[in-house]
Formats: sequence, structure tokens, C-alpha cells
Amino acid sequence: MKHMIKASATAMALALAATGASAEGKLVVYHWFEYIPQDLLDKFTAETGIEVTMDTYDSNEAMLASLKAGAIGTYDVAVPGDYMVSIMAGEGLLDTIADGELANKGNISSDWADPSFDPGRMHSIPYQWGSTAFMVDTASYSGDINSTDILFNPPAELSGKINMLDSQGEVMAMAALHLGMEQCSTDRDKLKALNAMLQEAKGHWASFNSDTAKEVLVSGDVSVGMIYDGFGAKARSEKASLKYAFPSQGYVVWMDNVVLLKDAPNRDSAIKFMDFLLEPENIAAVSNYARYGLGVNGAGEFLDPELATLPESNPPAEAGAGVFIEVCDEATQAVYDKIWTNLKK
Amino acid sequence: MAGGAASGGSATTDTYKDARGWLLMPAWSVLLVLSLAPVFMMLVYSFLTKEFRGGVIWEFSLAAYDQFFFDRGLFGDDPPVIEWTYLTIFWRSIWQAGAATILSLLIGFPTAYYIATRPENVRPVWLFLITIPYWVNLLIRTVSMKFLLRDQGPLNDLLMSTGLISEPIHIINTNLAVQLGLFYSYLPFMVLPIYAAVERYNFALSEAAADLYANKWVTLRRVLLPAVKPGVVAGCILVFVPSLGAFLAPDLLGGAKNFMIGSLIEEQFKGNAGNWPFGAAASMVLLTMVLIILLICARQQSKAGKEV
Repeated sequence: MKHMIKASATAMALALAATGASAEGKLVVYHWFEYIPQDLLDKFTAETGIEVTMDTYDSNEAMLASLKAGAIGTYDVAVPGDYMVSIMAGEGLLDTIADGELANKGNISSDWADPSFDPGRMHSIPYQWGSTAFMVDTASYSGDINSTDILFNPPAELSGKINMLDSQGEVMAMAALHLGMEQCSTDRDKLKALNAMLQEAKGHWASFNSDTAKEVLVSGDVSVGMIYDGFGAKARSEKASLKYAFPSQGYVVWMDNVVLLKDAPNRDSAIKFMDFLLEPENIAAVSNYARYGLGVNGAGEFLDPELATLPESNPPAEAGAGVFIEVCDEATQAVYDKIWTNLKK
Repeated sequence: MAGGAASGGSATTDTYKDARGWLLMPAWSVLLVLSLAPVFMMLVYSFLTKEFRGGVIWEFSLAAYDQFFFDRGLFGDDPPVIEWTYLTIFWRSIWQAGAATILSLLIGFPTAYYIATRPENVRPVWLFLITIPYWVNLLIRTVSMKFLLRDQGPLNDLLMSTGLISEPIHIINTNLAVQLGLFYSYLPFMVLPIYAAVERYNFALSEAAADLYANKWVTLRRVLLPAVKPGVVAGCILVFVPSLGAFLAPDLLGGAKNFMIGSLIEEQFKGNAGNWPFGAAASMVLLTMVLIILLICARQQSKAGKEV
């Protein structure tokens, strides 16, 4: 799936490069697949005359690996998730946006103006945010779905019908919430318990799959599947009995951010692009397309009214807290990597 | 035969004697740059120190191979014991690839034989039909397989409507699904070399065997199979080797619950682990194993050649 999307995105980027009006400048974007509407890129080119070229990736880690393998200096901007922004900043892969460089920086809503993963928004602007939890097919299970037990200690009728995301960070964060422990624990007993719990839970799972997380739910291959909220909204529109869960133990919150990369070949274009995405109307077009939340003030009037009432992005009062994925230090991460390998060996 | 080839060879050498080195340059440089250089880089990387979150530090280290062969517990400070995790993953991959190869051989041999025994003018049509599905990207075909094999998919629907089964057979996310996926992905690599061998086979030999009272089974085993063995061996290698490193079929059809060699290595570069030296070391172990298998095949071939 991801390769298919990649190919079409590349074709799209080529077509775009060919139609670029006057060559006022260039912008090379490194972006997730299927995450920005083509109309919006056309609008940017029409307004600024800047030709946009885009390559896509399918995971934060794949993007990091590609940049570290030598692609830094090729791209102007990328769109990493929250924890990846702090990792990239730590690796020295990001350029700093000087004060006053971004005309629209004041549009960033106060909730997202000073996030823990990029204090003071030195390197990034908000793109989209949402949550990661799971969906349950209420046609095959009528009990309470708002518990991480559904994933890790499921009732008999759901056992063997669960798809997990094939993503270490998200599975480990959910597992930590399930056990009520910190994400980067150094407590050996807790880590052993985490390892044992996952080994036990694996027996109840049908598969690990991220690319077709939506399809396996819609087709009925599984009755429970980990999924992002916006993907979940799309799944529900195809199969009404699917319901997105907000576990009382908590759920994962994420935010994707547009970052200015170090050695950006077209730094001025990158700044223009970031300002463009801070315009309420433009970022609202992304939300209308991707079905995720945004972090800019004054976008309400441009948003599809349905987004305000989406069950996937409006947690009930009794839902647990949303937590970001945390960045562990090297020694701690090694243990979590080992637990993940144990899980999949 | 051999004499003809040699004299043909010497004629070529005479004609292009002076320019031969230059004429081979493009081929050699492509081989060096695209084939040997990446392998050499992997070899070097496997002996370097890993950098946290991807990348390498240019210091010699055996840590990657140590991690492959020795288990030091969850926290890395237990006394080392033999690490079975990765050996198990390798064994599973070999087993899956082997099963897919046998499946391909069982279906591919009769297919190739059938095509090779058709009249000469219709053979290209049959070969064409074999290759048509392979014009479509492997990924798309693998995803289609996933939807075919589902519990509520067309295959189960068909079997249930014929009354052969009353409950859907659970294939998807099992080892069988992976083997079917690999078999389907690489079947032409089995059919084409065997076809080439059977096409060259002199069917008068089969008739002679029949005249000498060999039944069909004996003819197949004692006359046809030894004659087309090089094609069979080539087909098996061409199916087995790519199956060993495949990760699309295991991920999409097998549910990715268990690492295969390919997905284990991919995880080291594109996944959370970001352990490039370990990914390189696992690739080196895989490469060594494949080389050993190929050497064994080659030795047996040459032995068989001497016996004849």
C-alpha cells in the first residue's frame, strides 16, 4: 500500500513540477503520503510562483533514516511527529526560525505555541494533530469498548480478531497506559511485567499492520484495530458499526509539525510555505481533507462543520488523558527495543 | 559441442583481441558500482559501532555480531547464552522459502513440461500467459492475494458454495498464506528455466526408454529428470533466494506477527530500532548462508557432470 501511494505521490509531484507557472523559486517538501490536498499545493504555486516538489515517507523513523543517510540538504521542510521533532532537534537536523521571520507566527493557538517537544516553536509550526487509539466493530461486540483491556486482555469473542499498528512507539505507549506505568521506565520489575503482558496479549492478536489498518476493519477481517482518529472517521463512513474508543486508562495524542530542515536549499521558499500553512483558510483545507485537528486560531469558519462533531475527535468526559509518545534515553530505549523484538520474534 | 563453443570463443577473441578490456569496462563498472560496492559497504558497516537512532560511528566493533549470536537478557547484563531469537527467525525464513520452493516445483514442473511439449508456434502464447500477471506490481498482487484469501473472501465463498467446506478455512495471517504468497510471487522463475531445459530435451530418449520397457515413472525419474536437472536447480535457486529475503508477503499475508529475515533487517534501518550495524550484520549472515547453499548446489552439479 505505502509503495503504491508513494508512486502516485511521486507522479503527482512530477506533474506539479511540470505545470509550475513562472520559476520564481523552488520548494522541496518531504511529507507523509496522502496528507496534503493537491489543490492546496496548486494554490501555493499560484500565489507565490514557487514550484513544489514532494517526496513522501510512511513513518517518522523512515524519514529520519533517509535524512541521516544523506538526504539532508535535499529537502527544505519535513513533517515529523511530536517526539520526532525533539529527536531531530537533538540530532542537529533542524534549522532555527529567527524571531519575526514568520509573519503569521501569531496565528498559532496558545495550546500549541510552546509545546514540550519544541519549546518556543524554534524549529516548527503546527500541522495537524489527533489521537491514536483503536476501533471496535460494535456489530460483533456489544460490551464497553473504552478500556485498553480490549487490546491487551480482550474478552473471548474478540480474541484472535485484533489488528495492532506495526509501530513500536504507539504499541508501547498504549501498553504503558494499560499497565499504568511511565513510558520510559527504568524499573526492572515493571519492564519485566510489560514484557510478560505483551507476550500474553500477542496470543490474542491476528496481525500487525499499519498500511491497511483501515481496510482490515472495514472488510471485517478483524473486529478490533488500532487506528488514528482521522483514519477512523474514514473507516466509519465506510462501515457504520465501527466505533472509535477513548480508553479510560488514556490514549496517545500526536501532533505533526512542519519543520525547517538544516541546510535547506530553498530556505526563503520554506519560510513562505510555513507562513502559507499558518493562514487559517489554508490549514483548514488540510483538516477538511485529512480529518484531523489544527493548531491555528481563526480557522473555525473555514472548517467542514462535520469536523466539530466527529465522534473520533471529541473525547467523552470520562475518557482518560491523552499523552504524547515520550523520547527515552539510549540505555532505556535499548530495553524497549529488546521487548519489541521479543514480541515479534 | 564443447569444441564448437571453444572455437567460436577463440574467433571472438581474435576479432576483438585489442579492445576486449575496453569493451568489458561498462559491464565491469556496473557490476562493481551497483553490485559489489553496496555489499562491501554492508560488510564494513556490520563491523562499526552503532549510533543511537540510526547511523554509524566509525569505530571498529563486534557488537552487531555479538547481538546476533549471544543473549544477555532483557537488560543486557546477564551472562551471555546462545541467542536463539535471530537463529529462529532465520530458520523460519528458510523453512518458509523452502516450502514455497517445493510448492513452486510441484506446480511449475508440470506447467513447464506442458508448455514445452506444445507445438512450436503456440509455446510463445503460453509463455506470454505465464508472464502477464507479472506486469502488475508485486505489492498490488500481494494485497490482492490478501483479499482473495480472507475468511469472507472469494476463495472461501467458492469452496463454501460448492459444499466442500461448511466453515471458512482460516488462511490469512498464517504460515500457509505466506507460502502461498511467495509461491505465487516467484512461480515464473521456476517455470521459465525448467521450460528452457525441457525444450532442449530430446524426446527420442523417452521413446527409447519406453522401447526398453521402462514405465512412465521410471522414464521420468531416470531419463527426463537427470536431463533437465540444471533447469530444475536453477529454478529452485531463483525461487528460494528471493523468498528468503522477502518481506512483502510475510508482512501483508502473514500478519507480521513474526519477523522474517527481510522484515528483521528492514526494522533495523526503517523501524524504531535504528541499529544499522546490526541490520548489516544480519544481512551478512544471510549472504553467507545463501553463498553456502549456492556453493553446495554448484559442487553437486559439477559432481553429477563428472559422473555422466
